[in-house]
Amino acid sequence: MAEPSWMDSARALVGKEYGRVYAWDKVNAPMIRQWCEIMGVDASPYLVEGVVHAPEAMLQVWCMEGFTLNNYPPGSTTENPYEVLKLMEAQGLASVVAVNSELQFSRAVREGERLYYTTRLDTISPEKTTALGTGYFVTLVMRYFSEIASGDQEVGQLLFRVFKFKPTQAAAPSAPASAPAKPKRPAPGISDDTRFFWEGARAGQLRIQRCTACGTLRHPPGPVCPQCHSFEWDAVTASGRGTVYSFVVMHYPEVPPFEHPNPIALIELEEGTRLITQLVGVAPGDARIGQKVQVEFHTYDGDLVLPQFRPVPDAN
Amino acid sequence: MQAFDAIELGQAMEALDVPITAALITGGAIATRDYFPGHIDLEAARALGSQAVFMNILTTNGLVQRFVQGWSGPQSRLCDLKIKLGAPHYPGDTLRFSGSVTDKRPQDRTVELSFKGANSMGSHVTGTVRVRFP
Repeated sequence: MAEPSWMDSARALVGKEYGRVYAWDKVNAPMIRQWCEIMGVDASPYLVEGVVHAPEAMLQVWCMEGFTLNNYPPGSTTENPYEVLKLMEAQGLASVVAVNSELQFSRAVREGERLYYTTRLDTISPEKTTALGTGYFVTLVMRYFSEIASGDQEVGQLLFRVFKFKPTQAAAPSAPASAPAKPKRPAPGISDDTRFFWEGARAGQLRIQRCTACGTLRHPPGPVCPQCHSFEWDAVTASGRGTVYSFVVMHYPEVPPFEHPNPIALIELEEGTRLITQLVGVAPGDARIGQKVQVEFHTYDGDLVLPQFRPVPDAN
Repeated sequence: MQAFDAIELGQAMEALDVPITAALITGGAIATRDYFPGHIDLEAARALGSQAVFMNILTTNGLVQRFVQGWSGPQSRLCDLKIKLGAPHYPGDTLRFSGSVTDKRPQDRTVELSFKGANSMGSHVTGTVRVRFP
């Protein structure tokens, strides 16, 4: 797919190195102690007189601009390492979300050291569409150094990746709740073709659509028999026994309210039709093709009844 | 606190629950010198489409260090800290950390821990940390 021409100027920035951004303060005990206090990290090993050093996860803190945005210490670069994001913003990619933060630590930083970092625009992905919207993954690499008279030393590195995108729909700020609402299972869309199936589930029956002209069973439900093209149909109640025809185990992303890892199977029923369903009562690593299963019905969110399948011992 | 020689591959880390309060979110932002309005100002956070102030990445990293060293001990050192970010963190929720040992290297006395920090909206953070033992 051809890219918009404005992306040429964005891609031209890939590989560009941006100058130093200095720390306002040298590595110091008060900032370490206060950071530990908030995070709940035991500060005492870091604050030993004479060998004060910073917790590793504090690395970025030293070079933050502070209360006044874009107010960096004297000597810092005046270029904006995030200029590529500004370019994208001008093209309507208004939103940004951080995706990855990968810190590496070469050595501990000690009291009195003055740090700075430099930035390289590492990569811009091809255009991607995610649940949030369409845009680009932008990766920056920051290298952190300690200023030393005999030669500066690298103390660590940060790979930082953001997704810069145009939202699929403007997220309307909803009425603020005091606590986040508990997500519910998505409810099925019920039509004249599928109502019998969901009513069957509520009655504790697994129903299969049957063509009354030729007798062929079919699933998922639809208005026409794929064999004889008859519109006439009724339903039969399945035994609820079947075998795992295929399966996947969802590890990531974790979408609430589902448990993860989440085993999803294609079950072949004794009657011959197949349906997609969730496996229950099986450790995700233990799911296997050919496993005998039995339907059971579970109620979610008060009134949603779903057929799910549980492994049963082989009869033979 | 773990003794390096006794650590086994696949061993589970002790879970840690961190109650998320507005004070932790705003205090964490300030302790990491991150004054982005969405972390410290409710009205600004709402204007950004969030229901409340949300936790900044540097605080998440700090809590990961607490979780890891709570298990590995205060004398252990972090070699890296790699996270993937998911659902936001709002006040009133709980961050539940869990994890396990996914690699052990006797030659440099390090282990890799794979962890997850979940809240009621799903996974807030997943990642790995390599820890060196004394």
